[in-house]
Amino acid sequence: MGEVLTIQPVTRIEGHARISVHLDDDGNVEDAYMSLMSLRGFEKFVEGRPAEEVPRIITRICGICPWMHHIASNKAVDGCFAVTPPPAGYALRELLQVMAHINDKILHFFFLAAPDFVLGPDADYSVRNVMGIVKAMPELATRVVKMRQLGQMMIDRFAGKAIHPVAAVCGGFSKPMIDSERVDLLKDAQVLLDFSLYALDYAKTNVFNKYIDVIGELGVITTGFLGTVDRADGSFRLYDGKQRLMKADGTFVDFEGDEYLDYIGEHVEAWSYGKMPYAKSWDEGFSLDLDAPKGIYRANTLARINVCDRMATPNAQEALEEFRSAFGRPAQATLLYHYARLIELVYACERTIELLKREIITDVNVRAGVEPKGGRGVGVVEAPRGTLIHDYTTDDNGCIKEANLIVGTTHNIAPMNMSVKQAATMLIKGGRYDETILNKVEMAVRAYDP
Amino acid sequence: MRMTAAFECLSSCSGCEIAVLNIGEALIPILTECLDIVHAPILMDHKYYGQCGAKGKRLHIPEAAIGIVSGGVSNEEHLEVLEEMRRKSRVLVALGSCATQGGIPALMNGQHSKESFDDVYRTSSTDPGATRPDRIVPKLLDRTYALDEKITIDLQLPGCPPNPAGILEVIMSQLENREPVLPTKSVCDTCPTRREGRSEGSTVKRFIENVEFDPEKPVGDMRCLLEQGFMCMGAVTAAGCSRGGVPACIEARVPCRGCFGSVRSKGNQLLDMMNALASNGIDVTSIVDRRSIQRFCGAHGNLRPKKKTVVKKGA
Repeated sequence: MGEVLTIQPVTRIEGHARISVHLDDDGNVEDAYMSLMSLRGFEKFVEGRPAEEVPRIITRICGICPWMHHIASNKAVDGCFAVTPPPAGYALRELLQVMAHINDKILHFFFLAAPDFVLGPDADYSVRNVMGIVKAMPELATRVVKMRQLGQMMIDRFAGKAIHPVAAVCGGFSKPMIDSERVDLLKDAQVLLDFSLYALDYAKTNVFNKYIDVIGELGVITTGFLGTVDRADGSFRLYDGKQRLMKADGTFVDFEGDEYLDYIGEHVEAWSYGKMPYAKSWDEGFSLDLDAPKGIYRANTLARINVCDRMATPNAQEALEEFRSAFGRPAQATLLYHYARLIELVYACERTIELLKREIITDVNVRAGVEPKGGRGVGVVEAPRGTLIHDYTTDDNGCIKEANLIVGTTHNIAPMNMSVKQAATMLIKGGRYDETILNKVEMAVRAYDP
Repeated sequence: MRMTAAFECLSSCSGCEIAVLNIGEALIPILTECLDIVHAPILMDHKYYGQCGAKGKRLHIPEAAIGIVSGGVSNEEHLEVLEEMRRKSRVLVALGSCATQGGIPALMNGQHSKESFDDVYRTSSTDPGATRPDRIVPKLLDRTYALDEKITIDLQLPGCPPNPAGILEVIMSQLENREPVLPTKSVCDTCPTRREGRSEGSTVKRFIENVEFDPEKPVGDMRCLLEQGFMCMGAVTAAGCSRGGVPACIEARVPCRGCFGSVRSKGNQLLDMMNALASNGIDVTSIVDRRSIQRFCGAHGNLRPKKKTVVKKGA
């Protein structure tokens, strides 16, 4: 065997990963792996904890999307204690979860991904980052920083903590929203909606049109998709709905979150701490073979945009129609994750405004009575990085007996490995590689926002 | 005023890095005029083994005037990165509660870690027969450590997450070559809730019902949550979380769980909390899970696995 290239750490992503590219004696790619380097054991150390405490412990899985874990965990605890939040508690949870999507998308697109497109994949590494964007385009950068901050502070102001939240509780929410808070948030949400429409337009012109050739080839693989849709009309949902698992040919099955064990399995490879979820219900096993993958589906923005029948808000629906007429359904090109991300940004802003206009949002009855007891609950939400599943069982005292988690990012570990191998094989030939080529391999990973 | 800076995150969640970004607009002049960031995996592309990944086996991080490390130390790679950061940073800052006292991931220190980590690969959705990965991935240490258990730290900035104002103060103090001014009081000392001097009931309530308060009135009108009978750890916890003058969790009308760590240097939040409750006439045996009280400070030997019960055969 020839040379092994180690890209470590994979940068401008949230987690800890390393890419190893193995070259054969002729300098062509023999194999490529992306290993997840971190193992913390959340499923185990929540055992014995009182279940109502878990939603404020489990958030530390991810400091970028803590609201997602916070909400999914609360849903699971509700299930264990057999409690249903009152309408205002349900609405406040959805509002905060959807608002948290806004910052996440601004952060990923402009802070982490955009340097590759706006400054170019071949820009020197020392400037190919958000600091480089601040210097090259101070006006755009200032607006982006302000908008992300506005989104974070809206949450901080109402719910105390934007990072590692505590305000959702089993049975509902810790405090009602008063009307002056609602009016303030509504004003700010409108500013964010204007920005999201601008961001989508900006990206269409300066990223997607400009890089259309790269989008058509870099990291492209063919897989199925998993997301959440409205139980009644199949429209796009982030907070609640049924799960939809689509095959690459566009056919799909729908199922309820608590049936996930019948549809999803987790495969383990010796070279990555991250487990690899796959579609167990397809009965074809697991394979990362680029030409004949088995059991491989993707989650996160592109998957959700593919599985939904329509977007439930007007501007997002218009954007989806344009996207579908250009790329079809399901769209497979990996870099389209960025495009789908910005469509979701528009949806999240529109949905925030919708929820803030509902009368129920200021109702004072936000938490149902809770009695700790034995039971099982499965909580599912769409996290920015994919379908997030928390599955808890409690003992008679309402403490955690067993927990199983399928975290959003992990759905894409198998496909990311495929995209890395596809990109590396396409770009590295005859032992020729350089910084730009290796950065392009990483761009195939960054699209997934791991 | 310019200085070089390097950032690293070890066993962590990226929440500390988001807290850095939550400095907000004030961050723009810092990024353009004050800091030359030479290494920061979450934001820029400097690599450990050369930009083409073929430069030797020893990881390399450039020298920096200030090094900021989040996360605890739980595997061999964390240790290697931390030691390199120590070698290359003039001033090394431990950022966030994982770095200063272990944080949530150090709850694993209360488990028999080998069995527990193996069990992660035996859950209901995992393929039968799977075993814990052991190729390419870094080997786990025997437990999760706070940074100062492994190297010398110059500045500790706890919090889960740390307060953006505190992070800004640390950066500015280094730029201005002075000592940072950071909070020294307890959460209680900075909490505006109303205290009447006696607690309701003699047991600790689980947080399965909301606290009593009038949502139309400011937090200062709400009665102290400990006095309302809830476990609120403000008395034994370092302040620093407040943004608008109210501790962050109290703003959400939720009791404090002690994320900034002990208010006393090398203090023990569990023992201090037990004392505080007992001296208020509260029956500490009514607490369902005492280990939860150590959830942010499981390093430094505070959390250890329970002794295994020996089952005598034929007894």
